[in-house]
Amino acid sequence: MPGQPSDWTFLAMAAPFVAAALAPAAKRAFGGAAGWVLAIVPAAIFLHFLRLVPAVAAGEVLSGAVRWSERYGIDLSFRIDGLSLLFALLISGIGTFIVIYSGPYLKGHPQQGRFFGFMLLFMGSMLGLVLADDFLALFVFWEMTSISSFLLIGFDHNRMAARRAAYQALVVTSGGGLALLAGLLLVMATTGMGSLSEVLAAGGALRASPYYPAILVLVLGGAFTKSAQFPFHFWLPNAMEAPTPVSAYLHSATMVKAGVYLLMRLNPVLGDTVAWMTVLPIFGGVTLVAGALLAVRQTDLKMLLAYTTMASLGLLVMLTGAGAEGAILGAATYLLAHSLFKGGLFMVVGGIDHEAGTRQVAALGGLAREMPITLAAALGAAASMGGLPLTIGFFGKETMYEALAHGSGLAFAALFAAVIGNALMFAAGFAVAILPFFGRRRAPNPHVHQGPAGLWLGPAVLALCGIAAILFGAWTGRSLLLPATLAIAGAASGATVSAAIHLNLAFALSLATMALGILVLWRLAAIRGAVARVLAAIGWGPDRGFDQAIAGLSRFAALVTRTIQTGNLEMYIFVTMAMTAIALLVPMGLFDEWPSWPAFAMPSIAETAMILLAVGGVAVVLGTKQRLTAIVSLGAQGFAVAMLFMLYGAPDLSFTQFMVETLSVVILTLAMTRLSLSPSDHRSVPEFVKDGIVAIGCGVGFGFLLLAATEAPFDSRLSDFFAQNSRAIAHGHNIVNVIIVDFRGLDTLGEISVVMVAGLAILALLRVRTRGKADEAGEGA
Amino acid sequence: MEAPIAILVGFFFGGGIYLMLSNSLIRILIGLVILSNGVNLLIFVSGRIFREVPPIIPEGALVPDGVTANPLPQALILTAIVISFSLFAFILVLVFRAYQAIGSDKTPELKVAEPLGGPVPPEGY
Repeated sequence: MPGQPSDWTFLAMAAPFVAAALAPAAKRAFGGAAGWVLAIVPAAIFLHFLRLVPAVAAGEVLSGAVRWSERYGIDLSFRIDGLSLLFALLISGIGTFIVIYSGPYLKGHPQQGRFFGFMLLFMGSMLGLVLADDFLALFVFWEMTSISSFLLIGFDHNRMAARRAAYQALVVTSGGGLALLAGLLLVMATTGMGSLSEVLAAGGALRASPYYPAILVLVLGGAFTKSAQFPFHFWLPNAMEAPTPVSAYLHSATMVKAGVYLLMRLNPVLGDTVAWMTVLPIFGGVTLVAGALLAVRQTDLKMLLAYTTMASLGLLVMLTGAGAEGAILGAATYLLAHSLFKGGLFMVVGGIDHEAGTRQVAALGGLAREMPITLAAALGAAASMGGLPLTIGFFGKETMYEALAHGSGLAFAALFAAVIGNALMFAAGFAVAILPFFGRRRAPNPHVHQGPAGLWLGPAVLALCGIAAILFGAWTGRSLLLPATLAIAGAASGATVSAAIHLNLAFALSLATMALGILVLWRLAAIRGAVARVLAAIGWGPDRGFDQAIAGLSRFAALVTRTIQTGNLEMYIFVTMAMTAIALLVPMGLFDEWPSWPAFAMPSIAETAMILLAVGGVAVVLGTKQRLTAIVSLGAQGFAVAMLFMLYGAPDLSFTQFMVETLSVVILTLAMTRLSLSPSDHRSVPEFVKDGIVAIGCGVGFGFLLLAATEAPFDSRLSDFFAQNSRAIAHGHNIVNVIIVDFRGLDTLGEISVVMVAGLAILALLRVRTRGKADEAGEGA
Repeated sequence: MEAPIAILVGFFFGGGIYLMLSNSLIRILIGLVILSNGVNLLIFVSGRIFREVPPIIPEGALVPDGVTANPLPQALILTAIVISFSLFAFILVLVFRAYQAIGSDKTPELKVAEPLGGPVPPEGY
């Protein structure tokens, strides 16, 4: 390889992000040509990965790493094998045409630069996801695809439907992302392996782990939500609220394939178990049939394609779980085919919408003459989707039928699902490719043109690729599909990919599929009506369930808030105090840390008197009905406390307490005389009991706490330090004063600030009142 | 020495909290004052009660003469007293203003900030 492939790969991984940042500026600089200019970035990335094809096809696994976080041991590392490379080529290759296509499609949109930015951001995330080796890096990219997808779906954020769809996609895919994170962390915690390479090299270690079921469920949770498997599928069709280039890129060719990528990637280490081979085909098969049935029910071409995407994802999941090597080859082929034809068909629909002004199938017809290239691209893509010979889709279908036909039990059911699903998708594909173009000429917009090159180039090239891939099948197989199969299945035989038709059971099934498809296409209206009637009879789906769940969550939040935050001060204080009492008493009880019975030394007469005065003061406050008595008693207990301070050698405290108590009593009296407050304390008996228990609980708790604390040995180091140093260092005799103004001077500054702020707040409260009164007086006059 | 004061502290806490659980704002305020005194005494007693000698270094000496009262809790309580007084004054004015504005000092009637049946969170998108 020329140059350093790893450096170039890092550059390729970083380039979309840089381009995303520059996109708005590029839009301003190049105007209408910005799409063509910005497409250079994905095109260059595509060429870089194309250059790696021979090495990977020869069996090499390219890798490289830089340290991302030293502290957590996370590497920004990449790992390129057949599967990663196939994805990287699809992402960058289709991305190129999507960026070109976005130019004319969103021409004149005021936020087109932003749109390009989001699109490239998404491209970078998706590339990072398929290339990442480190689990946490993989998860970060995984979430980035969810977020950039959210931005793109909600691009028309003025519409409620777009906001809802974006929100829904984010909730569903990020919820799955959380499950994936848990799964990856579980793998890391139980095995100590932090990257795909390690896990893949360890072979069956995960399968042997006792945590295998949990890991499997969590990983599948991530993959199924991302890849829109039933019953998590509903966000995908809703995501069609996004502009069509987004639908073509994210919701057909790339993002939704992330889940499939993950399953394929982990197939060698999680697969080949009964659980894997049961869960995947069942979910995949149900999704396939449900998606295909829902698709033919649609009248909007874009919605129709959206549901076929869901069906295709189901098919891929089903094949991945089937386990047989042929099924894996079929899945890899179908993956390539689907990205090409679905990206192309979405762009076709977008082109029709852009030119004819509607996507409703009933309002369109006879556009073949005006839009011949679009028609050709649509037919080419639909042929691949329907699996007609001479397309890559045909080979994919033959291979999967061949593999499933030789299984038994579940494989037979899977085969049946595949035939039904493929037939319905055949019908859906040709419905898009035929109905708008033939029949009576009708379109809301009379001036239909072929449109600018940007609009038809993408679908045309992708359709051609779908045919070229099989015409040069030997190269496609050797370079892309077999290396991918090797990466997914862990082994690959030398199956040849070619356009040749073998007259075997698979071909017979193919013919049956086509016949059934043509039948469905012919009776499309009737089948649509029948499916619609069934759905109406059911009347409920996960989509409505999502709304109900979100509304329920909202109501639950309101209920919790109303229960906890009643707006009743009494209740807040009660809960706080009850919790305090519990926190004090319960640990003492649990750990048997009650204080021992205190040794009572008889207090002096003065002390006894002051204690009794304090007790009496509080008791009178509690019992009195006269507010003046209450105030005076409050003063009495305060003075008693001040006297106690004096008796125990704290004159500073004593003076301060005297002053504060005096002021409190004066202010309280002034305020009370101005208010007519009800004097008595009305409490019902249950309230009295309830409050009494909490008050006594707190009182006993704090009393015990203090007793227990004083029984412990006294640590006098801090006090001794101040006693030793206040004269020597701070040159003060009164140690308390020295502490306040010197050792803890900053605390005192804070205290003064509190007093000042309280004073200002009081002033403000009083001034507001005056102004309010003045207004009232003004109104009265 | 500490035990009687510890029991007094428990009584202060119990009485103060009982008053704070009232639905009358003035009683809550009075309860707060008593609770503050209880807290101050709690800090004081947990620093132990040694002697009635104040922690003052005599003239000409570098260190106190013999055992004195513990200076550290005193410094803390001095700050605490002043701050509780600020809090008391502020709440008193607040109660006074609330009474003038609403005409009641009963907590169940003070529902302006968090009214019952207030706005519920949106259920749409």
